[in-house]
Amino acid sequence: MKYTAFAAVSAVALACAAPALAGPQAEVLHWWTSGGEAKSAAVLQQEFADNGGTWTDMPVAGGGGDAAMTALRARVLSGNAPTAVQLKGPAIQEWYEEGVLADISSVAEAEGWGDVLPGSIAEHMKCEGKWCAAPVNVHRVDWIWANAALLEANGIEMPQTWDEFNAAADKLMAAGITPLAHGGQAWQDATVFEAVALGILGPEDFRKAFVELDMDTLKSDKMAAVFDQMRKMRGYVDANFPGRDWNLATSMVMNGEAAFQIMGDWAKGEFLAAGKEPGKDFLCASVPGDGFLYNVDSFAMFEVDGEDKQAGQDLLAKLIVGPKFQEVFNLNKGSIPARVDVKLDAFDTCAHLSAKDMGDSAEGGSLLPSYAHGMALRGAQSGAITDVVTAHFNSEMSSAEAVQMLADAVANSL
Amino acid sequence: MTEWLERHIPKMVLAPSFIAVLVFVYGFIIWTAWVSLTRSRLLPKYEIEGLIQYERLFNAPRWDTAMSNLFVFGTLFILISMFLGLMLAILLDQKIRTEGVLRTIYLYPMALSLIVTGTAWKWIMNPGLGLEAMVRGWGFESFTFDWVINPDKAIYAVVIAGVWQASGFVMALFLAGLRGVDGEIIKAAQVDGIPTWRIYTAIIIPSMAPIFLSAFIVLAHLAIKSFDLVIALTGGGPGYATDLPATYMYTMAFSRGDIGQAASSAMVMMAVVFAIIVPYLYSELRAKHD
Repeated sequence: MKYTAFAAVSAVALACAAPALAGPQAEVLHWWTSGGEAKSAAVLQQEFADNGGTWTDMPVAGGGGDAAMTALRARVLSGNAPTAVQLKGPAIQEWYEEGVLADISSVAEAEGWGDVLPGSIAEHMKCEGKWCAAPVNVHRVDWIWANAALLEANGIEMPQTWDEFNAAADKLMAAGITPLAHGGQAWQDATVFEAVALGILGPEDFRKAFVELDMDTLKSDKMAAVFDQMRKMRGYVDANFPGRDWNLATSMVMNGEAAFQIMGDWAKGEFLAAGKEPGKDFLCASVPGDGFLYNVDSFAMFEVDGEDKQAGQDLLAKLIVGPKFQEVFNLNKGSIPARVDVKLDAFDTCAHLSAKDMGDSAEGGSLLPSYAHGMALRGAQSGAITDVVTAHFNSEMSSAEAVQMLADAVANSL
Repeated sequence: MTEWLERHIPKMVLAPSFIAVLVFVYGFIIWTAWVSLTRSRLLPKYEIEGLIQYERLFNAPRWDTAMSNLFVFGTLFILISMFLGLMLAILLDQKIRTEGVLRTIYLYPMALSLIVTGTAWKWIMNPGLGLEAMVRGWGFESFTFDWVINPDKAIYAVVIAGVWQASGFVMALFLAGLRGVDGEIIKAAQVDGIPTWRIYTAIIIPSMAPIFLSAFIVLAHLAIKSFDLVIALTGGGPGYATDLPATYMYTMAFSRGDIGQAASSAMVMMAVVFAIIVPYLYSELRAKHD
C-alpha cells in the first residue's frame, strides 16, 4: 500500500516535471522594472513563451543596475549563473575574462547578425571573435532637446556649432530664461561633458581620448577647450540644479522654464508621455558636432548546463535580434533597433533622424560608444573620468587643472 | 549528569554565536585584508600583488575629499551633538513639569531612519523648495541658505541633519548620567552657597566622565559608518563634495567593479575605527585590573 502511494506520487511528480524539461528554458536577470522598460521586457517574455519556452524572470531593481550586478556576482560565484543577463559595453568582455560567458556564434551566424548590425556595435557583442551577447536597442546619447515655442519666441535656430549654442544661450539668459535644463548628478554631468567633447574634439580624438585612453589626447589643448565650454555650460544652468533627476530637467523644458536639455533619447519618452509632439512642441537634434554616441543595451549569455537551458539561450538570442522584437521593444523604449533592416514606419521623426545618423556615421567612422553610459570603458576608468568631470563642473577649478587631474585620474585607475 | 550539564551548558549555548562572530566578523576582516592586497576587479582574485590598491587609494583626490569630509563631519557632529545633548539634558533636569513629554519629543528623531532624516532635510534645505524659498516668500529677498547645493558648504548641511538626529539620543544618555549623580553632594554644595553653574562645571559634569566616553564612542562610530544620511541628503554631491569613506567604498565595490580598491578603503576605515576603539578598550580593561 505504501509503495503504491509512493509510486503514484512519483508518477504525478514526474508527469508535472516532464513538460518543464522538454521545452527551452531561460532565466533572465535584468533591471527593466519601471514603466516603459517593464512593458518592453514583457514583450520579450511573451514572445519567448509563444515559441514554447519557459521564462524565469529575475528582475533586480535599484541603483541603475548596481543591485543586479551584485546579484549576478553572487550567482556566478556560487557556480549557478543565470541564462542571460542584461549587460552592456566592455562589461561583457570583463565577464568573459572571468571565464563565465557562453559562445552563441552558431545562432548569430545562422541568423546573419554580422550583416544586419552596424560593425562597431557588433564588436561589442563579441568576445575574442566569438559572439557572446545579443544587442537589444540603440540609444543615442548626444541629443539636444529644445522647447519649440521658446526658441521661436526668441528667434533662435537649433544650434549647429558650440559658438551658436553659446550665442543662443546668452540671448536666452538676457531674456530671463534658463538656457540649459540640467540635473547635477555625476552621470548627467558626464553626459553633457561627452556631448561637448564629441563636438570640440571631433570623432577621431574622442575615440583616442575615451576609448583608447591616449594620454596625449587627454592632456591636449583641445581637452582644455572642452573644459572651457563646460565652464560656460555651468553658467547656463539654474542655481538649483544639484541633485535634480533627469526627468525633472526634461519637464523644465516641457514647461518652458528652460530652453534646452542635453540627454539621451530616453528623454523623448517623457515628452511623448506628456502628450507633446516632436517637431511641434519639442525639437530634437544631435548636439553640435559630427558623430553619434550610442548606448546599446544587450543581453550577455552565460555558460549554463543542460540542453533545455542551452536551447533556451539560443532561442532567446534569436528572438532578441529578430526584427519583430526589435521593432516592438524599441517602440516602447524610445530607442531605435540595433539591426538596420527593420522597417521604421511606426517610429517618430526623432527616431528616423537617429537611424539615419547611425547609418551615416557608421560609414564615416564616427559611430562611437558613449563613455558616460559605460559603453567605451570599464567601470574603474569611466568612473575616474566622471569624478574629474563632476569635480570640475561643481567647483571653480581651472581647465588646465582639470586636464592634469583627468590624466592623473586615468593613470591611477588602470 | 546534571553537574556536567551545568558546567557545559553556558559554553554550548554561547558556541554558535561565538563561531558565527569568528567567521562572519573576524573571518571576513581577514578576507577583506587579503583582497585589498590583490588586483581584484569584477570578482575577487587571490593572487597577492602588494600594496598597489593602497597606492591608488592615496593617489585618488576623491579619497582625500572623503577622508577630510569624514574629519570635518565627525568632529562637528560629535562636538555639536554632545554640546546640544548636554544643554538639553541640563535644562530638562530642572525638575520641570512636562519633562516626560519634552524628553519624548527630543528623543523622537532617533526613532527615524537616517534615510527619512536625509530626505526630509534635503527638501528643507533645498533653496528652491525649502527654507530659503519660504523666507524669501516672506519678503526677505536677500536671504540665502544654499549650503546643500554649495560644494564648499554641503558637508555642513550633512552635519545639521546628523546633529538633529543624534542630539536627542545624547540628551537621553546625559539625562541618565545627571540622575546618577549623588544628590547629597549637590545639596552640600548648595548649602555652601556655590552658584548653580559652578555646581555643574565643577561637580556634576566631571562626575559624568564615563557617560561622555560612551556618548563619544556611540557618536564616533555613527560618524564613521555614515552612509545612508549622505546618500539620501546629497547623494554624495554636488560633484563628490560630500563623499564619505563609506560611500566611496560602496561606489568602488558596486558601481565600478573595483573590488580591490573597495577592500583597501574598507581596511583604512577599519584602521580609523581601531584608532578610536583601542584606547577606549585599553582604558576599560586597565580600570578593571586596578
